[in-house]
Amino acid sequence: MSVLVGNDTRLIIQGITGKEGSFHGEQIRDYGTNLVGGVTPGKGGQTALGVPVFNSVQEAKNETDANTSVIFVPPAFAGKAIIEAAEAGINLIICITEGIPTIDMIKVNHVLKNLSTRLIGPNCPGIISPGKAKIGIMPGFIHKPGEIGVISRSGTLTYEAVHQLVAVGLGQSTSVGIGGDPIIGTTFKDMLKLFADDDETMGVVLIGEIGGSAEEEAAQWVLDNRFSKPITAFIAGQTAPPGRRMGHAGAIISGGKGTAKEKIRALKSANIHIAESPADIGNTMLKAIQT
Amino acid sequence: MKIHEYQAKNLLRNYGVSVPEGYPAFSVEEALEAYDKLNSETVVVKAQIHAGGRGKGGGVELAHSKSEVQKIASKILGMQLVTHQTVPEGKEVQRLLIESGINILTELYAGIVLDRVKKQFVFMVSTEGGVEIEKVASETPEKIIKKWIDPNAGLTREQAVSLGKALDLSGDQIESAADILMALWKVFHDMDCSLLEINPLVVTKENKVMALDAKMNFDSNAIFRHPELKVLRDESEEDSAELEASKHKLNYIKLDGNVGCMVNGAGLAMATMDIIKLHGGEPANFLDVGGVANPETVANGFKITLSDPNVKSILINIFGGIVRCDRVAQGVIDAMETVKVNLPVIVRLEGTNAKKARELLNDSSLDFLVATSLSDAAEKAVSAATGGAS
Repeated sequence: MSVLVGNDTRLIIQGITGKEGSFHGEQIRDYGTNLVGGVTPGKGGQTALGVPVFNSVQEAKNETDANTSVIFVPPAFAGKAIIEAAEAGINLIICITEGIPTIDMIKVNHVLKNLSTRLIGPNCPGIISPGKAKIGIMPGFIHKPGEIGVISRSGTLTYEAVHQLVAVGLGQSTSVGIGGDPIIGTTFKDMLKLFADDDETMGVVLIGEIGGSAEEEAAQWVLDNRFSKPITAFIAGQTAPPGRRMGHAGAIISGGKGTAKEKIRALKSANIHIAESPADIGNTMLKAIQT
Repeated sequence: MKIHEYQAKNLLRNYGVSVPEGYPAFSVEEALEAYDKLNSETVVVKAQIHAGGRGKGGGVELAHSKSEVQKIASKILGMQLVTHQTVPEGKEVQRLLIESGINILTELYAGIVLDRVKKQFVFMVSTEGGVEIEKVASETPEKIIKKWIDPNAGLTREQAVSLGKALDLSGDQIESAADILMALWKVFHDMDCSLLEINPLVVTKENKVMALDAKMNFDSNAIFRHPELKVLRDESEEDSAELEASKHKLNYIKLDGNVGCMVNGAGLAMATMDIIKLHGGEPANFLDVGGVANPETVANGFKITLSDPNVKSILINIFGGIVRCDRVAQGVIDAMETVKVNLPVIVRLEGTNAKKARELLNDSSLDFLVATSLSDAAEKAVSAATGGAS
């Protein structure tokens, strides 16, 4: 078993005819993901990447029975695209788009509260279950099927972690980038719940960074629910100055809150194994899983 | 994006929030003209910089006559104003706000910020105005009253009145405070703010509720739908290297160390800074060259990193995903042939076509230190910066 994506995935791409959508869509399809269609308003009836293009998500869902959508729509329209997919009954939405206004994401989350749809991202690399499905912009070939779940707020740092895991002989059940924005759909805590119930996942790597309190909440959840699988965490931004946005919209220490130090303290108190150095993520996970 | 107090007050005035009458001044002459226009016995001369704590730093003074305005404006304009929010050497004051003096009865606080946990904006008020709100939050959190804002309904009249009551106001004051709070939410929402703080919000001796200060930040992701904000940007408030980087779509933040770094991806860039520190060095900057590390972005990255005279070595850390390492390597080689780099350059490339990339670097006539791993890269970069053997 993998979580969220796998052999049951029936994927559509919102923005399939755009530059990003067609470039990454091709790699998604070539990885073996079950791509069934795409959406670009005004281009319904055309074919792209060998699948039919529809004018709306509802049409695409009716015709293809899609259950998952990946969004490569520009930031000004991405919030609306998420809501459209959710209201059409798509179960899982992965939004890659970076730069969506905060207020748009607040509105999106308000709509999602009353629906069963799960959103991953935005501003994320996506999700991959090695050997089964890749829905995102990560390089598929660096991953190997296996037993470690990876959850990360970052992109290339996630690839770094996966690379280290493979180097020490650990494959991944599912690796997910939850996004670098202040308002995201699925959190560390939400993903831990899914990995807790996944028989295939034997350990979890958690890559956090400064800003917000998602890592602290995850630590509390681990304590409250006696999560028993070993977790290894790395927090990026231990040297980041306060008050500055470090690339990601959500990576900022504000009013003295959201420091790496606080997060590491909370994670340690939940018996989570901390990789002090970003070069030790793989080793630390290996040690944690062997004890 | 940040704006000055006088600019924020102009926006607030347009939304019906009462603020003291005031005029910006870029010179002593303009300050004197503003004084004449105000027709007020007492005026306040306020330094306009993008940092709080200006009063404590000596950037806000009362003047009771034209000659005092002249004296104070001459003193504040051009001074290096140091506050807890500026860099240690302070910020040069280039603009003033000359404002009518106000008879303050009580000082309150009102602010709107994002609550990341509840995924909503939260409106906060406190009777403890005129002091740092972070201090109030940590010492007497019960004195901050909050209302979360429904994204569809916005701040309701009921919520605004209840916040007004929480400010220990009575009678007419509650209604006029509620009017102001409603207007604050409207400007916040209409303008895509990321933060709006009125500290202090005051009740005057004439029983008027008024915004005496204003701090307004905007969501940089939403600037595209507010072209009217462009003219409010004061580029002199930004670090020149950071400004230059942003023009090339590079994300650069200057730090105090001497190991420059150039990385693809924000998380990996932070992690690279962290590992430099773990190996005993100090990062000179954060630089995310983004997903597309082509020769042009790499060359611009070099230029910006080298613009910092403290930099003694440069660490390039690229994890190739969609971007192929051999293309990045070629980019680095091309960039180093056009930009003169006299410092040790340590390159660590991993991911797509990494092996081919290392060969390219090793075969070039340029002098690189090719690192075999992330720790090896950090160690070599720190050692090179501190003048040790590498």
